Amino acid sequence: MTVFALIIINKAGGLIYHRTFHEGGLNKISTNDYLVLAGTFHGVHAITARLNPIPQQINRNSASSAGIMTRPEPPSGLEVLESENFRLQCFSTLTGIKFLLFTDTTQTNVDLTMRRVYEMYTDYVMKNPFYQLEMPVRCELFERKLTSYIREVNNR
Amino acid sequence: MAHLAPNKPSSGKESAGLRYPTNGKTIYHRPLNRSKTAELSQASFAYLFSEMVSYAQRKVTGIQDLEKRLNNQGHPIGLKLLDLLLIREPPRSQARPLNIITLLHFIKINLWQHLFGRQADRLEKSSDPEAQDEYMIIDNEPLVNAFISVPKEMSQLNCAAFVAGIIEGVCDGAAFPARVTAHTVGTKDEGEMWPGKTVFLVKFQPEVLEREALIGKA
Repeated sequence: MTVFALIIINKAGGLIYHRTFHEGGLNKISTNDYLVLAGTFHGVHAITARLNPIPQQINRNSASSAGIMTRPEPPSGLEVLESENFRLQCFSTLTGIKFLLFTDTTQTNVDLTMRRVYEMYTDYVMKNPFYQLEMPVRCELFERKLTSYIREVNNR
Repeated sequence: MAHLAPNKPSSGKESAGLRYPTNGKTIYHRPLNRSKTAELSQASFAYLFSEMVSYAQRKVTGIQDLEKRLNNQGHPIGLKLLDLLLIREPPRSQARPLNIITLLHFIKINLWQHLFGRQADRLEKSSDPEAQDEYMIIDNEPLVNAFISVPKEMSQLNCAAFVAGIIEGVCDGAAFPARVTAHTVGTKDEGEMWPGKTVFLVKFQPEVLEREALIGKA
């Protein structure tokens, strides 16, 4: 069980962070290719989100019976992409930032790992006064905490 | 001062500056000890502090200037905290610190406990015989820097300059005028364990040491 890599895409489809944790899991591609991958994934995600525009009927009924107005969940779009050798999990935040986690196909609890990565992003990137929104992430603390967390997950 | 009378709550349009709650009770009506053990959310502080740093960064000329501004933001807090913390002490120890050591202990223990919920990690006197006016308060991981990564091109900066300002305010308020600066110490052996270790260098004005020497003789 291994986490191979993490990619963060901003809401405009630009690559703001990419990091490989495990040598040999994925082929090395150039930074330029990463940028193309991010942009392409962003487009595909946008299209898949358009494919399921009908909100779930059950949720709406239970909400109206309780008398509370709730906003329907936005269509999530592409969530998982699986190939023979890796599994790509996508998590899209409410603000439109996408976290892509490349893992082994047997990896379990990816949701949990994703949640923790998102927490670290909110702590060490969003609370950092030197980070500019939508720009590439260069935060030493984020880097350090992420490394130690993923190492822990990979050694589990 | 009539316009400041809190029992005359003015409607929103009249008061452009100070605003009072509708029941006329301001923060000054609250008992001083009520919020003694209250705690605040670290996340909300982190966001606030992040904005304070961004605010200080506007039209800044250099890192020294930025640290000076953060220092200035902390200074009035220190002045006020000195009074507040002393009044919360039991009556026999309510006197303000009268020599350097008691002052520094007050900062290390009471001030740190109030601000960060723990004591500062170490207190040291400069070993350099040329710099007998310098003392060091050491914090292994300052709470204000918990989420801050300083970019490489600003490596000289330490945002704990804000805390240095608070310390400076306490020293000034206690009539021990001093200059306090925050420095990141990246010693190799300890750098791994405490990457954010910060030294607050307290440099007292010459007249403070002169007075201290006179008190010592008497």
